[in-house]
Amino acid sequence: MSNIIRTPEEIAARVKALESILIEKGLMTTQMVDRLVEIYENEVGPQLGAQVIAKAWTDPAFKARLLEDATEACKELGISGLQGEDMVALEDTDEVHHAVVCTLCSCYPWPVMGLPPNWYKEPQYRSRMVREPRKVLADEFGYEIPDTKEIRIWDSSSEMRYWVLPQRPAGTDGWTEEQLAALVTRDSMIGVGPVKAAS
Amino acid sequence: MNGLFDLGGADGLGPVNPPAEEAIFRAEWEKSVFAMFSALFRAGWFGLDSFRHGIEVMDPSVYLKSPYYEHWLHTYEINGARNGELDMDELDRRTQYYLDNPDAPMPAHEPNQELLDFANAIVPAGVPAQRPTDNPVRFSVGDVVTLSTMAPLGHTRLARYVRGKTGTVIAYRGSFIYPDAAGNLRGEDPQHVYTVEFDGAELWGEYAEPNTTVTFDVWDPYIEHARQLEGATA
Repeated sequence: MSNIIRTPEEIAARVKALESILIEKGLMTTQMVDRLVEIYENEVGPQLGAQVIAKAWTDPAFKARLLEDATEACKELGISGLQGEDMVALEDTDEVHHAVVCTLCSCYPWPVMGLPPNWYKEPQYRSRMVREPRKVLADEFGYEIPDTKEIRIWDSSSEMRYWVLPQRPAGTDGWTEEQLAALVTRDSMIGVGPVKAAS
Repeated sequence: MNGLFDLGGADGLGPVNPPAEEAIFRAEWEKSVFAMFSALFRAGWFGLDSFRHGIEVMDPSVYLKSPYYEHWLHTYEINGARNGELDMDELDRRTQYYLDNPDAPMPAHEPNQELLDFANAIVPAGVPAQRPTDNPVRFSVGDVVTLSTMAPLGHTRLARYVRGKTGTVIAYRGSFIYPDAAGNLRGEDPQHVYTVEFDGAELWGEYAEPNTTVTFDVWDPYIEHARQLEGATA
């Protein structure tokens, strides 16, 4: 294929050209584009993963089911689908901190987190996260993990989709699931940032 | 293939620089390219593995420098040209038209309920890749395994940085479409998938960071040999 770097205008024109062909072939409509965009801009995003995590923090039986089979446990909450057909939740502990990467492409658990941020899909994170995760977390994300704690990086090389179940923050006894969900960040589910502190 | 996309452990690519905030789609064209995945998957232009391989065969310099969703555009072109569905001359002509007329609309068309229903259905249903196989499950949790050193041409998920490395099986995941078959248009050939954990030092030697491990999912043929967990009985 071409080794020409396209300008943004050239990319936009090429996409329109392809879209016009696909529309004429009856393979897509602008309405279909609008609907899929609406889903991933407004409906499927990290707020769903936050909801799952908050439930796991408050319901030990649910947490056990989540760790046993995240796909099935998420279905209980109506959460499932594309790029999360087979999911695994990774429980952070005092001894192990988990984080997720896809060195070969951009695999990411869409049903609980929506579409990945661009940095997750770009070469810098993908190349370095398996080789120097402590440095990446500290220098790039301001997230220091002590050497005494193991860092376990999950390279999403198969169709399994991994995401992190962070530790419940201190000072949240008696909090509702809704209050707890507000503490869960996208980055904490990737493993590149902490959950918000209780305040 | 030993492609540049296989980035695990590559040095010198620079900082990650995550922005504080970012739109899900940064341009209108990204929205269209994103939606084309579902539309073209439905139309049978590719499966997930041949979709990925179409990105892998991009010119590496373009791969590194282009915005992410342009990779998807490339694989649509590659798969569409390969299967004869896409007339590349026509695509070039229309590209020039939209370059000259950037505000020109899409061709007039009617809403299509079937396509809309498909979009609404595929998101929660997904596209499961698990497939049954009669192959024996050769490895167990706790087995110490060494991955193959093979350097296949075409699509594979056996990244270079784990080839020939020794780790421990920590999970059996079921049997799935084999990318080395499906991504190279050789059928699904389901294989068992295991998660293997590697110590940082096994991957990077004395340059490994302290107390780090990497897990990597492998299909059964990626494993060259194994020894049982010490103390386990045969």
